Amino acid sequence: MRFVPTFLRRLSTPQHFFHDTQFWAVVLCALGLLGLCVGSVWGLCFVPPERYQGDSFRILFVHAPSAHIAQMIYLAIAVAGFVQLVWKLKLADTFIRAAAPIGCTLTLFALISGMLWGMPTWGTAWVWDARTTSMLVLFFLYFGLIVIRQVFTNPERAAKAISVIAIVGAINIPIIKFSVEWFKTLHQPASLAIGKPSAIATVFLIPLLINFVAISVFSAGVILASMRSYVLIDAVRTTWVREQLNKNKRR
Amino acid sequence: MNEQRQIRFWVIVFVLCGSSITVLLAVFAIQDYIDHFYLPDEVVQGLAPYDRTIRAGGFVVLNSIKHSEDELSVEFQLTDMKDSTFLVRYTGLLPSLFREGQGTTVKGKLGVDGVFRAREVNAKHDENYVPPELKTLTE
Repeated sequence: MRFVPTFLRRLSTPQHFFHDTQFWAVVLCALGLLGLCVGSVWGLCFVPPERYQGDSFRILFVHAPSAHIAQMIYLAIAVAGFVQLVWKLKLADTFIRAAAPIGCTLTLFALISGMLWGMPTWGTAWVWDARTTSMLVLFFLYFGLIVIRQVFTNPERAAKAISVIAIVGAINIPIIKFSVEWFKTLHQPASLAIGKPSAIATVFLIPLLINFVAISVFSAGVILASMRSYVLIDAVRTTWVREQLNKNKRR
Repeated sequence: MNEQRQIRFWVIVFVLCGSSITVLLAVFAIQDYIDHFYLPDEVVQGLAPYDRTIRAGGFVVLNSIKHSEDELSVEFQLTDMKDSTFLVRYTGLLPSLFREGQGTTVKGKLGVDGVFRAREVNAKHDENYVPPELKTLTE
């Protein structure tokens, strides 16, 4: 493990992780919330309507970022599952535990906002096309990651099973991504891609990108805060936690 | 990495590659069956089944949309932009993106008279988002 930088090795011990991340958990949550307010208000109030869709297109500003970031979180969970299986790093499992509910919520949010958007524009709330179906599969995968932990009595075996599901389920991510190109779908193809001019006018692009960044940052902050509390719960019988509690009491 | 970790590493990589290939092959195999819809030339040539719920799609012909005066009924024609065109009758609310020239899918039953009685009309929207004042620049 000579290739791992010192600060990462320091973070992999629960005690250091808990102490070093307090600042970042607060800052990321605050910045993310602020950005989300700015981007959403900008998108809802200060941008002209779309030429054909009118005002209903404004759902884009929350729909696209939450769908995209739900997928990014799943990829991160799959990588953490891999790390947990090969190197038995406890913190990787803690990450999965903290990130799965956030990803699940974002997926649900993307599905619901997509249905609300589909009703006026497509004329239907739900179609079983490749994009919507693969997104529903992502929701079930997330749900599985959360629920399976309750089934196992042995936490180490639970972590192993969850890692396997996380890794195998990652196949779904490229299927979601390319579904709109491989299949005839009612869902439109991607508007933003690397090496292609943006199909979104610049007035719309600014609040959309703000929300993309804001939801990423906010998710990172919430995941970090949640990880800190799981680290604390897992280490409740150790001396450093007792010292921390005593210190808080004296204050 | 010690030997045990190395074995574990390669086992996972192998299983992941194997299962990805399996799933991707399965997805490509069912590609033609999921959400299949009939194109206008198939409808006109009688290749689509009669009196069964099917989906069909095409572009709305210019000046073909006729709204009835007293109820929510509407009649329009769908074309493949070549020489095949068929008539659709529908009663209900149309999606806001429905307009002439728009790519549209309809779900319903094809009658023996060649008229498609739709239960559902869906309009597809594309990946372009443009404010109204730029309309003339892009078209």
